[in-house]
Amino acid sequence: MCLGIPGQIVELLDGDEQLARVEVTGVRRTVNVGLLEDEVVGIGDWVLIHVGFAMSKIDEDEASAALSSLRMMGQGYDDEIEALLASRVEARESAARTGSG
Amino acid sequence: MKFVDEYRDPAAARGLVARITDLAGDDSFKFMEVCGGHTHTIYRHGIEHVLPRSVELVHGPGCPVCVIPMGRIDDAIAVAETPGVIFTSFGDMMRVPGGHGNLLEAKARGADVRFVYSPLDALRIAMEHPDREVVFFAVGFETTAPSTAVTLLKARHDDVRNFSVFSNHVTIVPPIKAILESPDLRLDGFLGPGHVSTVIGNHPYRFVPRQYGKPLVTAGFEPLDILQSIVMLLTQIRQGRCEVENQYTRIVRDEGNPRALQLLAEVFELRPHFEWRGLGFISQSALKLRADFAPWDAELRYAVPNVRVADPKACQCGEVLKGVIKPWECKVFGTACTPETPIGTCMVSSEGACAAYYNFGRLHREAAVTLGRASA
Repeated sequence: MCLGIPGQIVELLDGDEQLARVEVTGVRRTVNVGLLEDEVVGIGDWVLIHVGFAMSKIDEDEASAALSSLRMMGQGYDDEIEALLASRVEARESAARTGSG
Repeated sequence: MKFVDEYRDPAAARGLVARITDLAGDDSFKFMEVCGGHTHTIYRHGIEHVLPRSVELVHGPGCPVCVIPMGRIDDAIAVAETPGVIFTSFGDMMRVPGGHGNLLEAKARGADVRFVYSPLDALRIAMEHPDREVVFFAVGFETTAPSTAVTLLKARHDDVRNFSVFSNHVTIVPPIKAILESPDLRLDGFLGPGHVSTVIGNHPYRFVPRQYGKPLVTAGFEPLDILQSIVMLLTQIRQGRCEVENQYTRIVRDEGNPRALQLLAEVFELRPHFEWRGLGFISQSALKLRADFAPWDAELRYAVPNVRVADPKACQCGEVLKGVIKPWECKVFGTACTPETPIGTCMVSSEGACAAYYNFGRLHREAAVTLGRASA
């Protein structure tokens, strides 16, 4: 849970939910980038992801260092990546858009 | 040599170790690494073995899984076993033992316990199962608490009423203060936590030098970061300075993440007190939902037993979490308590000191000694 996983932003999604598609170890997932509001992020930027949220913008060197450290963790890393890939944070379908807000 | 390669820049590592050795001279120093991520790096890379004997690292309370007391696990299980509930948790928490087993055992008995990667996953399960009540077991320091805050704001915005949060979020500063007040331990400084500080910044640590006269250096997670931070601590001491410094400037800003802090303040308030494993009750050390979020507060919606459970007598997690003993000095380490059958929390999480030492601590010893002592 406390492991930050580096991912590269490949698409910023429309809508008010501040979601982006990131590529993590070759697989694309959706994460929330709303906590980075004070820092501008764009396609190609690297971020450190905690529990489905990008928490810090990082440079490519930092991303590659973080990734190699994580890989050395063995099981802990495998579990974290597996959990991330099973995560289904997605943009709301229009059908679900019936909230009171 | 594999070990040297793992430092990515072995020459730099050797240089830093030589500098540490010079600075330490004939005196001895004890520094606490607050964060479980640092503990992991230290054991994974054999850093304790490359340091001169005069510099000792001890582990702190910065592993959120490790500090949850057994009674809270029992509370979680009671909620999970409430008919109609889908109980969601980070994978790390599933094997943490309470007084009456763990969440995996509750699942085996028939409770609908599911592991999720993100609180947003838990919210999504709630939206997909409007006929069920979905509870998220929130744990973590200020690193993960903003994510729970965003999720709760979304639940309120979308009016998702079958979702609630069982908050066990904790804050990093009070346990540091508790350790500084503890008579058990003489420390010369701290390696400050990296990821938590991306949220809270460096200013909240200023009481450490000001009130307690100890330096603190916020540190990154690479082996070279740890070594560099030790150099910075020793340099301060040798120059007669005592300050908060930031080694992890690549990521941590002094003011932290104002947006995340604002969200935390909007959703959470401090509890009057909260029990920490091994550290006992610490005032204003944990976060509960504000009254505005009462409809999403699992502690108000469910009959939470809220019974205090003493740690098993054999378990010395408390002393490990305060840095009083090393993992291998615990009576049950590696015998009755292993990652497969943990007695204490420190053996459960991959960032717990005991699990990290069990998995990695005995590796590299020979190679590490060669590298470290060669330059000593």
